[in-house]
This record gives sequence, C-alpha cells and structure tokens, in this order.
Amino acid sequence: MNFKKILPQLLTLVVVILVFGFFSYNAQVNMENRGITFGYGFLSQESSFDVQFSLIEYDGSHSYFRAYLVGLLNTILVSVIGIIFATIIGVIVGIARLSNNYLIERTAAIYVEFFRNIPLLLQIFFWYFAALRALPLPEKAEPMFGVFFLTIKGFFIPAFVWNNLDIFIYSIIAAIIAIVFVKIYAKKKQENQGIQTPVLLISIGLLIILPLLSFLLGGVNASIEIPVIEQLSQTSFTYKGGLKLPPELISLALALSLYTATFIAECVRAGVQGVSKGQKEAAASIGLTPNQVLKLVVMPQALRIIIPPTTNQYLNLTKNSSLAAAIAYPDLVLVFAGTALMQTGRAIEIVSITMLTYLTLSITISIFMNWYNKKIAIKEK
Amino acid sequence: MNKLNFLTPDKNNLYSYLYSGITLFSLSILLVFMNSFFSLDLTSFLPGTISYFLPLILGFIGLHLIRIEYSGIKILDIINKNINTNKFNALLSLLIIFAVIKSLPPLLSWFIIDANFAGDSKDACSGSGACWAYIKTWFNRFMYGMYPNAEQWRINLSFIALAFLGVIGFFATEKFKKYLTLYYVVVYPIIAFLFIFFFISGGPIFFDFSYGIIAAVISIIIGFFIPSKFKMYYFLIIPITIYILLKYVFFYEELIELGKIQAFEWVETGAWGGLSLTFIVSFFCLIFCFPVGLFLSLGRRSDLPIIKYISIGFIEFWRGVPLITVLFMSSVMFPMFLPEDMFIDKLVRVIIAISLFEAAYVAEVIRGGLQALPRGQYDAAKSLGMGYWKMHIFVILPQALKLVIPGIANTFLALVKDTPLIFVVGLLEIVGMLNLAKTNPEWLGFAMEGYVFASIVFFIICYAMSKYSYNLEQKYKTER
Repeated sequence: MNFKKILPQLLTLVVVILVFGFFSYNAQVNMENRGITFGYGFLSQESSFDVQFSLIEYDGSHSYFRAYLVGLLNTILVSVIGIIFATIIGVIVGIARLSNNYLIERTAAIYVEFFRNIPLLLQIFFWYFAALRALPLPEKAEPMFGVFFLTIKGFFIPAFVWNNLDIFIYSIIAAIIAIVFVKIYAKKKQENQGIQTPVLLISIGLLIILPLLSFLLGGVNASIEIPVIEQLSQTSFTYKGGLKLPPELISLALALSLYTATFIAECVRAGVQGVSKGQKEAAASIGLTPNQVLKLVVMPQALRIIIPPTTNQYLNLTKNSSLAAAIAYPDLVLVFAGTALMQTGRAIEIVSITMLTYLTLSITISIFMNWYNKKIAIKEK
Repeated sequence: MNKLNFLTPDKNNLYSYLYSGITLFSLSILLVFMNSFFSLDLTSFLPGTISYFLPLILGFIGLHLIRIEYSGIKILDIINKNINTNKFNALLSLLIIFAVIKSLPPLLSWFIIDANFAGDSKDACSGSGACWAYIKTWFNRFMYGMYPNAEQWRINLSFIALAFLGVIGFFATEKFKKYLTLYYVVVYPIIAFLFIFFFISGGPIFFDFSYGIIAAVISIIIGFFIPSKFKMYYFLIIPITIYILLKYVFFYEELIELGKIQAFEWVETGAWGGLSLTFIVSFFCLIFCFPVGLFLSLGRRSDLPIIKYISIGFIEFWRGVPLITVLFMSSVMFPMFLPEDMFIDKLVRVIIAISLFEAAYVAEVIRGGLQALPRGQYDAAKSLGMGYWKMHIFVILPQALKLVIPGIANTFLALVKDTPLIFVVGLLEIVGMLNLAKTNPEWLGFAMEGYVFASIVFFIICYAMSKYSYNLEQKYKTER
C-alpha cells in the first residue's frame, strides 16, 4: 500500500461522509424545528383515506402499512399484465422484423420506430385522456360476444365463481411438478438409451387431466358470472357482477406493453440474428429436421442472447409502472408516496420506503440475472 | 398448347397465369378500395359473409396464380420474392394491404379533409375531424409555457444562437479542427450556461453561479499562457481568487442595481415551460450526466476498493429506483436535507436529479465499452510507461467511447423521453402544458389533437437523434 493509493480513497471517503453528515444534520435540525420525530411507527396508525381500486380488502380504517400493501399489489398487478402482453407482442414483432416479406418487415419496423420514440408518459396520457374517453357510456355500450362490455367507466368482463378453488390450484401444482419429473426422466432416458419421449404431449395431457379430475372427483365447480347493467340513478348506470377493470389500469397496461414490446422486439431480433448461419447449416448437415434445428440449435443460443436484456426490460417496465401516478391509478407511488405522504408529512420515511421497495425488487432480479448469466455462459476452453 | 393446371402455376403458360392472377388481385384491391373510400359494396348481391371475405379470397387466388419462380420478368420476380414467397406470406401481405387501404380514409378525413384549420375559438371547430385551430391558438404556450409573450424573443434568440454555435464545427477549417473537442466540451456548454442564465432567466438570482462561470472562463483563458509546470497549482488557486474578487470586490450586483448595467427582466423558472423547457432540461442533463457517468464507470473498474464500492453503490442505487421517485425525493425530501435558509431553485434541483439518475445509466454503458476492450490495450499502454490518467485519456477511452456510441445515444434518447416527468415538481413542459390546456373550460374536448401534436414533435426529435447516432456510429467505425 503506497501513499498514492490511499490518498484518493481517503479523500473520497471523507467527502462522502461529510456530505451525508451535512444532510443528516440538517434533517435533524429541520425535523426538530417542525416538531416531527423520525420513526416508522406511523405505519400502524389508521390511514383514513380510501383507495379506488384494491386487490385486498381495504378502507380508511386500515393502517398505513395496509395502504402500502395495496399500492404494492397494484404495482405488481399492472407490471405482470404489462410483462405478459409486452412479451407476446414483442416476440411476434421481433420475429416479424426478421420476415422475408417486405410488407411485414416494414410494418413491424414502423411500429417499433414509432412507439419507442414517443415518451411513455405521453402514450399513457393518450390512451387515458384521448382514446379511452371516446368509448361509449355504460348504458350505450355494445356487448362484445355478448359478455364483454367496453365502456368509458372501465372494462366489464365475466368472472368465475369458484367452489373449492384451493383443490383446483393444488391439482395444477401437482401437474406442474409431475411435468418436471417427466422432463428429467425423459432427458435421462435420451442420454442413456437415445430414445426420445414425447414430453410436450404428456405435459399437455397432464395439465388437462389432473384439473379435470379435480372437477369430477374433488368437488370443484365453477360458474360464470356475467356483468348485468344496473341503474344507479336517473342518468348514472353501471354494471353489476363480473370483474371490473378500471380505465386507469387498462390504459396503463396498454401503454406499458406497447412501449416495452418495441424494446423486447429489438432484443428478440438481435438474439436470432446473433446465431451465426454456420450453426444452422451445420445442424442441417448432420440431418436434423428444420424443427429440430430451431429447437435444439438456434433457440438455445438465441435465448442466451435474448434473456438478459429482456429481463432488463421487464425491470424497466416495473419501474415505469410508477408513471401510474400521473393518471391516478393507485399504485405504490400514488397511494404511498402521494396520498399517505400528504396526510402524514413524513417525507423522509415514506420516500425512503418507496425507493427501498423498488431497489429491493431490482437488486433481487439483477442478482438472479447475474447468477443465470453465469450459469448459461458458454464455457470456452 | 399445354393444359392449364390452376393448382400449380408453371412457367409454360406464364402469361395465362399472369393475366388471370393480376386481374383477380386488382379486382380484390378495387373492391376494398371502393368499399373504404366511397363506402360502396360492389358485391352486395352475395350473402353477407361471402361478400365480406370475397376480396381476401380473390386476392389470395390471384397471388397464388402469379407465384411463379424464375419467371424472367423482373418486376414479377421482385414481387414474388418480397411479398409472395408462400401461401402464408401472401395472406399476411394481403391483410396488411387491405388494412392500409381501409384505414386511409378515416385517417385522412380526421387529419385533413374534415379538420378545422382556421379560427381562434372552440366554435370554429364544428367538423368531425381534428381541430387544428386549438393547436394554433395554444401553440405559443406549448412552445414557451407561461413565459411572458413580450420576452419570448429572448428564448428564440438564445436557441438560434446556440444552434448556430453548435453547427459551427462542421464548417471549421483544418486549422481549427484540433480545437473542436475543446470547443464542444468546455466553451460551448459555458456559452450555453451564460445564455440561459443571463438571457432567458435574467435578473439577479443566478449571479453567484455566473461569477463561477466567469471565473472559470477567465482562468482557462489565462491558463493557456501559464507554463505547464505550474498549471496544476494555477488551476487550484486562480479560479477561486477570481470568484472571490468578483463577489466581494467588484460588487457586480450593485452595479446592476445602480442602473449602470441594464439587466433583463427576471423570469422565474416556474414560468418556463413548453417545448423550450424540454430542450433546456435535456440539454443540461445531457451535459452533466456524461462526465459524471464517465467518472463513475472508471470508479467502478478501479482497483481502489473504497472508490469501487462507493461507485457500485451509487450506480446500483440510481438504477434501481424509478425516475418518478427520484423527482419526488428532489421535491419533497431534499429540502429537508438542506439548511433552512438555503433554497435551491426547482429547475436546478430537477436538473441535478435527472443528471444523477441518467449518469448511472451512462456509467453502465461506458463500463460495457471498457470491458469490451482487450486486455492487451491496457498492457500495451502500461508498458509504454503511461500512468492511469494518460492511459485512459489517450488509449482506452477513445476506443471505448467509440464502441458505446449506440448505447450512449439510447441513454440520451431515454433522457429526452423522461423530461415530461418533471410535472411531478410542478414544471410544465410540452406534455404538462397539454394537460393544462386540456382542462381549460373554453377548450374542453381536444385532448386527442394535443397528444397527436406532441407525439409528432417528440417522434421527430427522437427519430432525428437516433438517425444521427447511427451516422456517428458509422463515421467512427474502425476495423478491428
């Protein structure tokens, strides 16, 4: 250790400590002046505000912590919906961009260029304030397929009413576990004896048969509840029964998935293009069928390129879902860093909790990604 | 005469297939065209479903008939190769063509034919199309926000001057080319600062800041004449001295107050807005985030453990949180961390917050470039006896930055697209102004026009940026 190495480190450390010290000293003085004591005790107090849309039971008599959970669950809900649709659209568009059909390739390219060059916030506003506002009022809505109602007050869809839902879920979990075992067995069999097992067929069979058995033997039954129009007052109508997706959720999910899909499409394109032509030709020359070439040679290599940036995009989508605050979708930022902060005035505690939540989420995923990257990295000799 | 087998078109009866195929194909296009432009259903005598799918069926058969490989007709071969390789592709091509024809009339009528261009109140817009009069009336606000009308020439002049000074590099002669980097990295940003703080903002609020800039400019100019041996000490002492002199000896502020120097009317940053604010915020964040990101990336790859871990912590922190919470922090939490009498302007706080946020992303991009360089480059530079800074400035960074041009451009694009988020702290750039105009009781119901307008503006800016970065990438591409 020489002087030249220690000095800059020491300087940096001193500066960082000084900055933090300055901030925390000021914070202390400020809070004393305003008569606030630092602490997270307020989380158990009664929140006394309402949230429009909540996955768990919640009203003003619940605690602030419950409000935090409501916001977190709403964030997770919109992120999961967004991720599912963004993946579907992204993969389709990414493959379309590789098409040898000029029209398809151009259409996909225009879509990508257009949607990714417009700020996400603008897109959210567009869907929420312009596009969805053009929908009909509940009493004038035309049903789609007789059961879906697309109205200005939200999207009303039929809901399932379950008896013994838990048994049904167990049966699906059992099916998934069975599939994993079948896969391991099939792989072993192929490695030892060179015999292929139709894993896909068996999996689909398991996924159908086990839940079906739960219906027949486990006493599970489901009925469908269709939304029915109901008059609230002279001019106000709504739908009763079924599920209601609020317009905030729809426009947010729509904007997030259309925006993120453009980035996922580019990842997919880069991944498939990243597999060299020689690989395909080599695979074809040892007699693999086109399907096998895709499944055994191209996809494993392409996925290695596609998955890390795509996970990054998922993470971005989750973080971007915080823009929900702009259209009053009750996500974590709006419920907790918005309403709860206004009510309690505890800026430091609440902003720090909100940031820590997002931070935990992204660091967990990035640790997982690093592990995954190491696992799938090509081991070069 | 060969027998015609319509299931497998071949080359022998090329023209029979070609003519019948083209006839069917154009018939299908004609049907859709008439239907969408003149709402005429030429096949209304057929039952509903068949009439609905008839164009698709006709076009499909038509494309099938002209799918003849190596026909020897150039245009036909090009068509077959690009949109008509097999049945599935033909179907998709047809669907796309039909969709375009179908969507043209409503789009045209909304954008142009039924749209209102003239007028300056809501009553002028009676048609079913877009109300461009709305955009026209509010255009000033969308561009300049609440900036006073009489003072807007200041913004215009600054932007024109800055744009002019920005493109000056393209016309530089060989003799001045070597100073271009210095110009763009040091001189240009400083001129931009001066313009924005003296000209656009005006008033005395940024004087402290301007002393700093003037001190830096003067000391850099003098710096050229100082022997390199003393440069290190010089740059430590002189700027601070000039700063203190300016602030406490020359009493610049008092000169202005006494009316000896006429200052511009002060416009507070809360009144700035519209597209010009978008430009100002993204411009400053762009200038700040790049050097910070560069140092962070070097810090992250440093051998010194404390610097390394501080950099990692800093980068991962900013990358892990959404920008909106960072802005929340800068607006509600950050004032708690400052002494009570200290006040930092809203716009400055936002610029700092966005810059730090984007710097973390820039750092990761640059780190990618640094890692992509082969070890040999580092070893070669070291073996020539270069120190850490010399090695990075002359060998590593020029190559690494060249590699990461696309990544950096993407980050900058993201930055521009993130600027609308400053609505969180109450600054209204173009999207914020749109939302404000939308709620004006005299102009209710024109949200769509506003968002379409803003989308087009942002699309032009971002698309131009991405194309420029592509050109830059091609220009600096070197064979390795």
